[in-house]
Amino acid sequence: MSEKLLEVLKTAGLDVLSCMQCGTCTGSCPSGRHTGLNTRRILRDARKNRTEVLSDDALWLCTTCYTCQERCPRGIPITDALLELRRLAVREGFMLPEHRKVSETVLECGHAVPLDEETKKKREELGLEPIPETVQKYPEALEELKTLLKTCKFDKLIAEK
Amino acid sequence: MTKLSLFLGCIVPNRYPGIENATKLCLQKLGVDACDLPGASCCPAPGVFKSFDKATWLALASRNIVLSERMGRDILTVCNGCYGSLADANMELKKDPELRASTNSYLKEIGMEFKGTIEVRHIIEFLYREFGPEKLKDYITRPLDLKVALHYGCHLIKPSKDRNLGETESPVFFDELVEATGAKSVDYTDKMMCCGAGGGVRSGHVAVSLEMLEHKLACIRQAGVDCIVNACPFCHLQFDRGQLAVNEKFGTDYSIPVLHYSQLLGLTLGFSPGELGIEQNAVQNIEFLAKVYEISAGLR
Ligand code: SF4
Ligand code: SF4
Repeated sequence: MSEKLLEVLKTAGLDVLSCMQCGTCTGSCPSGRHTGLNTRRILRDARKNRTEVLSDDALWLCTTCYTCQERCPRGIPITDALLELRRLAVREGFMLPEHRKVSETVLECGHAVPLDEETKKKREELGLEPIPETVQKYPEALEELKTLLKTCKFDKLIAEK
Repeated sequence: MTKLSLFLGCIVPNRYPGIENATKLCLQKLGVDACDLPGASCCPAPGVFKSFDKATWLALASRNIVLSERMGRDILTVCNGCYGSLADANMELKKDPELRASTNSYLKEIGMEFKGTIEVRHIIEFLYREFGPEKLKDYITRPLDLKVALHYGCHLIKPSKDRNLGETESPVFFDELVEATGAKSVDYTDKMMCCGAGGGVRSGHVAVSLEMLEHKLACIRQAGVDCIVNACPFCHLQFDRGQLAVNEKFGTDYSIPVLHYSQLLGLTLGFSPGELGIEQNAVQNIEFLAKVYEISAGLR
């Protein structure tokens, strides 16, 4: 790939160069306690333009809890940088099948979690309308949303490469 | 007071309608002018969409914002994820003219324009700022004799530079709202830790997500509480449905009831557990249900 990782981060206004590799971020990470997610290393690799970070599954183990970012003594926007790297990874075609599925669900019905029969019943028990006042109830709103997603070429982005 | 539109998102209307009903009942009782936001979609979910494509994330979020701009109402969310997505998008589009122009070029295709005329609110910061714990106490008819493990969740307070709700290591404003109901907010280990659901981890790496949840549940159990209280339906789903999955995966026997703050507030404002959908949770804890029914009937 031609884009330098650091350039991409910089263009997005994310400066990671002042990282002193202290490891506070990694030590604070609730996911890193259980997984191989090591933010300190990801930042170092990004700095060295090691594009392997983009295909590394670790990028997708972050819950975006922002603890690392809040605690970094150098004020580095770590979580935001991880999100930027994820977006770059997606453009390169790296995407978990489960995430592709969620995206398709939104393309289809406008919701990441669509209404089901069980919930319709629960709604009625509560005295609510079975179908909520969202895009699910208004076909013209759903069409509008689909047009918008197409305009953004989101369908193409998530298609398997 | 500000006029609001209630933004439902996905999980509230489509999985936990009790939170929807509880929120509507509470707002009515408190005299807050909040109406539906017809045609709104997924916020879109920040963990996934913001991780995939910024233009799409902004386009979908701004469409929801424009729906409310057209009504001249601020958006009220009851979800940390929706709040994070919509408030961040609103902020970025307001301050960055280039981003706004490119987003508006997409919106133009559906006859919309982002104008930047409204605010995005979260029910917890809204209640804290517009009412505050003291004023809230005036509305309370049934003080709650409950011990609560409060879970703030992440995106209500972080990133702190954009939220302006104070520091994030040991905040107290939400605890104060909980204690306004008469309940006791009990401290516990790793209280500020993430529930493990966000960032697409629950959908993409469910085993990791459940390990993080199990740690939280173990800490909460140790604190000996009646229930967990949250401010986010995704955390709610993780704690409630996730608890059953944790039991299956780790052979544990957790049975900790889970309430969204709207449901806790609803109880103390005099609504019944049935109206608030408390029985519709996946975790069925009979002892707790008996207790809240007694509270609601004025028996304790
Ligand atoms: S906490 Fe900040 S300075 Fe320390 S290693 Fe992480 S990013 Fe670098
Ligand atoms: S934001 Fe991600 S990387 Fe940072 S502490 Fe949270 S889970 Fe770990």
